[in-house]
Amino acid sequence: MSSRNVLHAIGLIVATPMLALAQTEAVDPGATGPAWSPYLVGVLIGVLSMFTFYFSAKPLGASTAFANVAGLIGRLIAPRHTDSLHFYADKKASKIDWQVALVIGVIVGAFLAAWSGGEITGRWLPPMWAERFGESVWLRMAVGFLGGGLMAFGARMAGGCTSGHGISGAMQLSVGSWIALLGFFVGGIATAMLLFYA
Amino acid sequence: MAQDETKNPIRNEHPQPNGPPENRAAQLGLGCFFGVIFGFLLQKGGVAKYEVLIGMLLLEDFTVVKVMMSAVVVGMIGIYALHTAGLVKLHIKPTRYGANTLGGILFGIGFGLAAYCPGTGTAALGQGNFDAIAVLLGLMAGSYVFAEASGWLARTVNRWGDRGVLTLDRVLNLKPRVLVPVVATVLVLVLAAIHLFVDPTP
Repeated sequence: MSSRNVLHAIGLIVATPMLALAQTEAVDPGATGPAWSPYLVGVLIGVLSMFTFYFSAKPLGASTAFANVAGLIGRLIAPRHTDSLHFYADKKASKIDWQVALVIGVIVGAFLAAWSGGEITGRWLPPMWAERFGESVWLRMAVGFLGGGLMAFGARMAGGCTSGHGISGAMQLSVGSWIALLGFFVGGIATAMLLFYA
Repeated sequence: MAQDETKNPIRNEHPQPNGPPENRAAQLGLGCFFGVIFGFLLQKGGVAKYEVLIGMLLLEDFTVVKVMMSAVVVGMIGIYALHTAGLVKLHIKPTRYGANTLGGILFGIGFGLAAYCPGTGTAALGQGNFDAIAVLLGLMAGSYVFAEASGWLARTVNRWGDRGVLTLDRVLNLKPRVLVPVVATVLVLVLAAIHLFVDPTP
């Protein structure tokens, strides 16, 4: 089966009903909740996982792509030092691969979804953040950057993120994934409660 | 113990008759295509929104749990069915009690600060939440910092409770065709309980 046929088949099965649904739904730009039923979205992500396993032999995961791009940048700036690091000794850890392509696709897909539903935000501060921590964009950026850094370190240590462990690993009944998922929520709930209620 | 565990045959023994295309360009194209669908679904599921994600961590909004659990139920049944039919291999990362726990909690602290996780942060950028740019840059920086520590971590934390590929069916000594329906039933009941008693929207 050629990749062209594969794309057509998947397109017909998955994308068409999604776009049809997108056009028929009621548009509410002020909505802060999900546009579609979260159960339906979950079911479709489960089906999507079956497709990525079958056609690409890959589980859905997002965090690895950022490590790959960081490795690529590291190799541009300090090639010898980057090569000397244990994690980047495996050249596959710093390549434009399936995972990087997936993450690029996610940006486009989320844009299409928000655009079709009239939910493009186009803002630097989430209102809920501004209400609690003020209007400083730099404060939000600094906290976001720190949060991103900790997430990446933790995800690489644990072996995956909310997608790789929380969805893909959990559905394969991996014990380590369920432990990591518990850690995500324990750490996340404690931190968010401290930020918003302390 | 860890040695014994890794010597056990991994359930990836089935060959894949219609294996994935080896062509790199085709796989990059497929990856991008699957990404578009994944991002589309994440945004429609509301999990690209700051309020929904932080609402989860403040235990006020259970959209994230509903999406994740539904995905796990369907994906688990589907992938174990495909695996039993010899159509796909499993892709299971090693269980390392120390690294899974510490890394998981560290990730959680970052998740609480950022509100976006790697996948939903990428989707958040796509829907126009520009503060996600800082999170994504942080993800790259944190990955490189991790790489700096990776040699040391491989010699220390990664060895604490390293059990190799370990799945729940093996721990409980049940066949997947018994365990998968049980786990699916439990997760559906949990979802139903959340829907009925905690967060009935929508």
